[in-house]
Amino acid sequence: MAEHTAPGRYDCIVIGAGHNGLVCAATLARGGRSVLVLEAQPQVGGAALTREFAPGFQVSACAHLVHLMPAALVSELDLTSHGLAWAAQSMGTTALAAESPPLIVGPGLPEPDAAAYARYSAQMHRFAQALVPLLSKVPPRLGTADWSDRAALLRLGLKIRMLGRRDMRELLRIGGMNVYDLLEEHFESAALKGALGFDAVLGTNFGPRSPGTVLTLLYRMAAEAAGGAAALSQPVGGVGALCDALSKAAVAAGAVIRLSAPVRRIVVDADHAAGVELESGERIAARIVVSSADPKTTFLQLLGTRHLDTGFVRRVNHLRARGLAAKLHLALDRAPEFSGVGSAELGGRLLIAPSLDYLERAYNHAKYGEYSSAPAMEITVPTANDAGLAPPGKHVLSAIVQYAPYDLKDGWLKERQRFTDLCIGTLERYAPGLGSSILSAELLTPLDIEHEFRISGGHWHHGELAFDQFFFVRPVPGAAQHRTPLAGLFLGGAGCHPGGGVMGIPGRNAARQILKEAA
Amino acid sequence: MSAREPLVPHFQQPLLKTPFHDRARELSQVESFVAWAGYTTVDVFTTVEQEYFAIRNAATLYDLTPMVKYRIAGADAVPYLNRLVTRDIAKLKPNRVAYSVWCNDAGHLLDDGTVFRLGETEYRLCTAERQIDWLKDSAVGFEVEVSEVTEQIAALSLQGPTSCAVLKAAGLAEAPRLKPFEIGQFSLGGRQITVSRTGFTGDLGYELWMAPDEALEIWDALMAAGRSRGIRAIGSQALNMARIEAGFLLPHVDFVSAEQTIRTGRDRSPLELGLAWLVDFDKGHFTGRRALLAERDRGPRRQLVGLDIAGNKPAHNALLYDTASGKREIGSVSSATWSPTCKRNIALAMVDAPHFKLGSIVWADIYLNRELVWERRMSRAQVVERPFFAPERRRATPPAEF
Repeated sequence: MAEHTAPGRYDCIVIGAGHNGLVCAATLARGGRSVLVLEAQPQVGGAALTREFAPGFQVSACAHLVHLMPAALVSELDLTSHGLAWAAQSMGTTALAAESPPLIVGPGLPEPDAAAYARYSAQMHRFAQALVPLLSKVPPRLGTADWSDRAALLRLGLKIRMLGRRDMRELLRIGGMNVYDLLEEHFESAALKGALGFDAVLGTNFGPRSPGTVLTLLYRMAAEAAGGAAALSQPVGGVGALCDALSKAAVAAGAVIRLSAPVRRIVVDADHAAGVELESGERIAARIVVSSADPKTTFLQLLGTRHLDTGFVRRVNHLRARGLAAKLHLALDRAPEFSGVGSAELGGRLLIAPSLDYLERAYNHAKYGEYSSAPAMEITVPTANDAGLAPPGKHVLSAIVQYAPYDLKDGWLKERQRFTDLCIGTLERYAPGLGSSILSAELLTPLDIEHEFRISGGHWHHGELAFDQFFFVRPVPGAAQHRTPLAGLFLGGAGCHPGGGVMGIPGRNAARQILKEAA
Repeated sequence: MSAREPLVPHFQQPLLKTPFHDRARELSQVESFVAWAGYTTVDVFTTVEQEYFAIRNAATLYDLTPMVKYRIAGADAVPYLNRLVTRDIAKLKPNRVAYSVWCNDAGHLLDDGTVFRLGETEYRLCTAERQIDWLKDSAVGFEVEVSEVTEQIAALSLQGPTSCAVLKAAGLAEAPRLKPFEIGQFSLGGRQITVSRTGFTGDLGYELWMAPDEALEIWDALMAAGRSRGIRAIGSQALNMARIEAGFLLPHVDFVSAEQTIRTGRDRSPLELGLAWLVDFDKGHFTGRRALLAERDRGPRRQLVGLDIAGNKPAHNALLYDTASGKREIGSVSSATWSPTCKRNIALAMVDAPHFKLGSIVWADIYLNRELVWERRMSRAQVVERPFFAPERRRATPPAEF
């Protein structure tokens, strides 16, 4: 091991110090590998980063909640001792309504939805639990004679069979359905259906009537189930604090992290990854390169198509990865007042998704390259739980806004201000007077997300979560087990199974795959 | 009713006509036309035998226009082609032609064809299949332009021992200096013409590339120049006999493009087709390389070979067996003919390991229809070297005088 740690020589290079890159680096380092992490930005975090957006105001610039990271991973990497603390956990969800009191999602709903909700959530949680093993493992390959692949498929089938006849039949029935129809079967309240349906389309290129949206909902619930106690949480210091803890864990395990070191390309020698070349021209050698960048960036830009087969490039090119979610950050000189929302709820998740039709109408615009005229939002007021993010007495509002297509018909340059005003106008309807408290506003369109976080297409899942880009075909056949067609090059970002969200599983699984292969 | 002559709707006249179609009509004595790549072409003009013997003893003209042609040009033309095809195109000098194949990711053949280097960064790819989507998808990440030019170029194949003499008589005094696989620019009666010393007959021969609006005049000039040297227009059937003798593969007959196969296991790799000599593993990455390397290490399960079969009955579509009693099926014949020149009963066949080794004996199950009575004949066949016919004249530069 001694010669591995000689200066300038590393076993593995990890591209990107986002949560997946850092989890990967920490896992590799704990497995005895010498690891160098290269990050383009001057700070760690990637799309899970806290930064200033107005003087004195900090915000989680892309992801603003942690709800998918497995509790096991948090304890495995001992993140608490590396400084991770929670400002809020098990945060609630409140569905905002313009003309009526808001609805707090959970027990205590008005009848008849209260009983229906209990049945529905119990059943969905059973399904989610059945899918947990599918979520946390490297997907099996199809059509191989390999026993571990077959066993994994069998385990999945068994897990679904073990649900019992009724539940299995129901899971298979709803698995390919759209969330609109599913929720119509269960509930009366438009506000409740809107709120529950929003989680199925959050961060996706779908409306509630799009096929496969029950799958995206189950995926999210399965990931939350794996998250355990940490579900819907806000770290002290914003989501970036999680990555600070991850980076400390990685460094403590022996990994080296270099910031402001953007990679220009992956160096190939004799059809094997041989290291990277930085934009500065510096070359660093390593036999293993793990990219936590998205698949298109990794293959089409960093590696280059001449090292890949045409059919594979075709699949990468066809990967659907156009972002539709924008991020709105407001610096406020007082706490926002949403009609009917108490201070306890202000520290949770506030949704503007008053009905499924509202969501579907919002999505209609996106299909034709327009932003929604009445957008849906997931709002958090992080300063309600963590005053340190803003100057004393001041507040921060962070909202994910849908839909704001990456390739806007009229271009974002022209439309940015108009959409920002539209979003503030929408908020004003639920929080009258909010507009007058705004000190500063920042809108990140998918185009900005592409530039700032170097995600091709600005899709925060690094590729749409859909049946055809899911599980053993995620991101594309031929790279779904973290291995890529080029020996020595691995994928370890959100483009891999199970996908995006601040989860860390792709990074951990990539590391495990590497440790297993070169054991 | 308008006085204008109505256009023939495409569904009534689905096949295009090549620029040589008028001459084909005039010379056709048996009205035997076939569809080829969307064009009407001649299968037989007079009789197959007459046309075949013209290939081997005189000179022949064959309309090559339907062959699909792509122009590939740009700063990255060489790396692009090297990533596309299995041979090392960096070694191909200007004004030279290379035969090659290309594969999908699985190392299975998509097509075979010829790469013409027309300039420093300009190439022409002649193929059997239309495949602009594959060629364009292969261009992602390369500075290269790919366009189909099939209709912009009329093409003729002039093949046979007197073909060079015909070119000279037509005024191409420098034609004899063309080496095999070399390209030259000439003037024929004031018309610009590109000549490559290439062909599909395994004989002395040339392929001529010209503007479609000058095609008929060039045809006429060649026919006039070749009159005393036995020139004759030929159809696809005679050419097929010659190409089997030369051991060349025909798409859809000896292999099916991996883009078109439906059943698993019907794709073929260049190693299986006996084209390992075309695969350059040392030139850098190309599509299918990793799969082909794995296959090379594993050893091919089957291979395309030449067969010399007892008797004189062509073994069309015959199944092959390991013993005369027909115990185990070990392959099948894809192309077969009686070779009039070699006086041998020859075939191309796909044979399972280990029976494809040179010298192996296999048994061909030949069915004969004798006045509506089927007879079955188990004929002894030996795996032999290809090509079956390779006369010195195909390489001699300058070619002998006639």
